[in-house]
Amino acid sequence: MNGLLHLWLVPLLPFAGFLINGVLGRRLPKSLVTAVSLLFPLASFLVVLGNAPGMFGANSKPLVEVLEQPWIQAGSVYVDFSFVLDHLSLVMLLIVTGVGFLIHIYSAGYMADDPGYARYFSYLNLFLFFMTTLVLAGNVLLMFVGWEGVGLASYLLIGFWFQKSSAANAGMKAFVVNRIGDFGFLIGIFLFLSEFHSLTFGAVAYQLSSQPELQGGIITVIALCLLVGATGKSAQLPLYVWLPDAMEGPTPVSALIHAATMVTAGVYMIARTHFIFDRSPFALTVVAIIGAATAFFAATIGLVQTDIKRVLAYSTVSQLGYMFLGCGVAAYSAAIFHLMTHAFFKALLFLAAGSVIHGIGGEQDMRRMGGLKRYMPVTYWTMTIAVLAIAGFPPLAAFFSKDAILNAAFMQGGLGKIFWFVGLVTALLTSFYMFRLWYLTFQGERHEHALEEHGAAVHARHDTKLTLEADHAHEPHESPWSMLGPLVILAILSIIGGWIGAGRFGAFLAPSVGTRSAEAASNTVEIVLTGLAVLVAALGWFIADRMYRARPGSADQLARSMSGPYNLLVNKYWVDELYQAVIVKPLLLTSRFVLNYVVDVAILGGAAWLLGAIASFSGAILQRWQSGNLRSYAAWLAAAAAVVLIYVLWIHSPSTLPIFNHGAGQ
Amino acid sequence: MIPISWYLLLSAALFCLGVVGFLVKRNLITVFMSIELMLNGVNLSFVAFAHQWHLVKGQIFVFFVMVVAAAEAAVGLAIIIAVFRARSTLAVDRIDLMKL
Repeated sequence: MNGLLHLWLVPLLPFAGFLINGVLGRRLPKSLVTAVSLLFPLASFLVVLGNAPGMFGANSKPLVEVLEQPWIQAGSVYVDFSFVLDHLSLVMLLIVTGVGFLIHIYSAGYMADDPGYARYFSYLNLFLFFMTTLVLAGNVLLMFVGWEGVGLASYLLIGFWFQKSSAANAGMKAFVVNRIGDFGFLIGIFLFLSEFHSLTFGAVAYQLSSQPELQGGIITVIALCLLVGATGKSAQLPLYVWLPDAMEGPTPVSALIHAATMVTAGVYMIARTHFIFDRSPFALTVVAIIGAATAFFAATIGLVQTDIKRVLAYSTVSQLGYMFLGCGVAAYSAAIFHLMTHAFFKALLFLAAGSVIHGIGGEQDMRRMGGLKRYMPVTYWTMTIAVLAIAGFPPLAAFFSKDAILNAAFMQGGLGKIFWFVGLVTALLTSFYMFRLWYLTFQGERHEHALEEHGAAVHARHDTKLTLEADHAHEPHESPWSMLGPLVILAILSIIGGWIGAGRFGAFLAPSVGTRSAEAASNTVEIVLTGLAVLVAALGWFIADRMYRARPGSADQLARSMSGPYNLLVNKYWVDELYQAVIVKPLLLTSRFVLNYVVDVAILGGAAWLLGAIASFSGAILQRWQSGNLRSYAAWLAAAAAVVLIYVLWIHSPSTLPIFNHGAGQ
Repeated sequence: MIPISWYLLLSAALFCLGVVGFLVKRNLITVFMSIELMLNGVNLSFVAFAHQWHLVKGQIFVFFVMVVAAAEAAVGLAIIIAVFRARSTLAVDRIDLMKL
C-alpha cells in the first residue's frame, strides 16, 4: 500500500514549468509556453488524483514520504523533507491543483494579449510549487517555506503590472503586512521547537495525545502566535488590509491566490495544528472572535464598494472569517468544507468578474456596467449560479458548508450563540451585496457613460487599464471558450460541491482533524437554523431587488439620508488611514530621523570615521620609521634581536644561565 | 683546558664587531665583509659547542654555513659590481631607491 507515492512530483512538476517558462519563456513561441504552463499543473493534478483512491478506504492511514537526507541537523534539532498525504492535505491538494489548473486554462485566454505572458505563467507555476509544498509539508518548517514562497509568488503577481505604481505599491503592502503575520508564525515555530523538541506534526500530535494533562499555558502562547501568522496570510482582522489592494493584480490571480487557495492557508494551518488549538480553549475563542468580527466587518464594507473586484475581495475576507469562526468552534471539518466550496464559488465569481472586465475593455466600476446579461450569456448564467451559491440558497455549495459552520457555532452554546447570530447577520449582508453586484452588472440598462461627469480623472484611469488589460472594441462581447470552459466547470462544482454533506465530509476528515464531541443538534433545532439561514439569504436578495431593480436610485437616496454611516463604509472605516497615522508615519519618522541621523550617520558613520582616523594618524607617525635607509633597518633589527636576547637570558629565566655556569665550573 | 666561555666571548666579540661594522661603514664592500665577520663569529661558537659536547653536528653545520657564505659572496659581489656600474658609487647612503 505504502509503496512509492512520488509525492515529491506534485510540487516539483510546477517548479519545472516555472524554470522552463521563467528562463526560456521569452524566446519560446507562445503556444509552447501555454503548453508547458498547462501541462505541468495538469500532470501534478493527475499525480494527486492517482494517489487519491488510497485515501478512501475504511481505515486508510496517512501516507508519509520522507526524503532520506536530513535537511537540518544541529544538536538535538532534526528536520527532514517529509511530505504527508492525509485526508486533509488530499482535499487541499485537489483544490489547489484542480482549481489551479482550471485557472491556468482561463489565464491562457485572459492574458493572451499581454506582453508578459511567459512571465505570468512562470509566476503562476511558481505559486503552485510553493502552495503544494505548504500543503504537503510534514513539519512546521517546511510548511513555513511554502508559506513564505506563496507570499513571494503573491507579491510578484500582485505587482505583475509593475509599471502601474498602484500595483507595485499593493504588492509591497501585501508583502509587508504578511511579514508581520509571518513574524508571529516564526515565533510560534520557535516555541513549538523548544516545547516539543520536534517540528513534525505527527510526532507532536502523538506526544500531546500521551499527555492529556497538558493544557493552556505555553500551548496557548504557541496557538496565539500561529494565529497571528494565520491572520496575516488569511487576511483577518487586524491584518486584512492587504487583500483588497491585492486586486491590482490580474483577475485570474485574484481568483487563484487571493480567493481560492493562498488566503485559505491560514485556515489550513489551524486545521493542521488543531491538536495545539484543541488544548487551548482560550486560543480557540480568540480564533472564533477574530473570525466572526472579520466576517461581519468585511461584509459591511462590501456593501458599498463600487469596484467589482473590491466587492469580491471584501467578500473573500468575510468568507475567510466564516472559516476562522468554524475553526474557532473546533468544527475544523466544517471550516475545511467551507474552504472547499468557497474555492469553487469564489474562484467562479472572480473568473466571471474577470470575464466581464475582459469583455467591456478593462472597466471595473460597477456603476458603468449594467445590462450585460444580453451580451455575455454564459458569464451571466455562471455568475448567477455563483451568486446563488455564496448567498447560501439550497441546494448549492455554500448552503451546506455555511450551514455546517453556523450550526456548529450555535451548538457550542454560550458565546457560540453570539457567533451564530453574527454569522447570520453576515449571511444577510453577503446575500445583499452579492445580489447588488449581480443587479448592477448584469441587469437593467447599460450605464457605460453613467459617470461621464467624473471627467478626465476617470478617463485617465480607464485608458491605462485599457492598455494594460486586453484592448477590445467598445461593444461588450462574450469571452473566448478557454475562459468560459473553466467557468462552466466551476459552476457545476459550485452546484454539486456541497452535496457530499457536512456529516460525510467530517467523517472523511476525521482521521486528520479529529471528530467533535459536541452534542448533536436535534432535528427540529437543525431545521429551524437552516430555515433561518435560507430566509436570511432570501431577505438579502429581496432588499437588493427593491433597491436596485424595482426602484433604481433609492440606494443613492439612502446613502444621502444616512451620510454618516455611508461615509464610514465607503472609506472602509478609515482603517488604512488609521494604520497610516498610527504605524506607518511614526515608523517612517523614526527611521528618517532617529535611525538615519542618530544611528546611521552619527553612531555607525562616526565609528567608521574614527577607525579610519586612527589608522591614518598612526600611519602618519609610523611612516617616519620607513626611512628607506638600509642601515637603519639593520640597526632596528639588531636592537630588537638584542632585546629578545636580553629578555630570554636575564628576565625570562634569570637564575639559569647554564652555559656560563657550566663554563665557569670547568 | 680553555673554558668554553672564552670561545663564546670571542665569538660574541666577532659578531658584535660585524654588527657594528655593518651599521657604521659606508662602503658596500666593507658592509659585505662585516657580514662575513658575523657569520664567522657564529661559526666559531658552533665549533666550540661541538668540541665541548663531543658532537659532530656542529662541525657539519659550520660547513653548511661556509658553503652558504661562499655562495653569498659570489652573488653579493656580482650585485656590488652591477650596482657600481649603474650608479658609479658604492656608498650605502646613496643607494636609496627604495626610499619613499
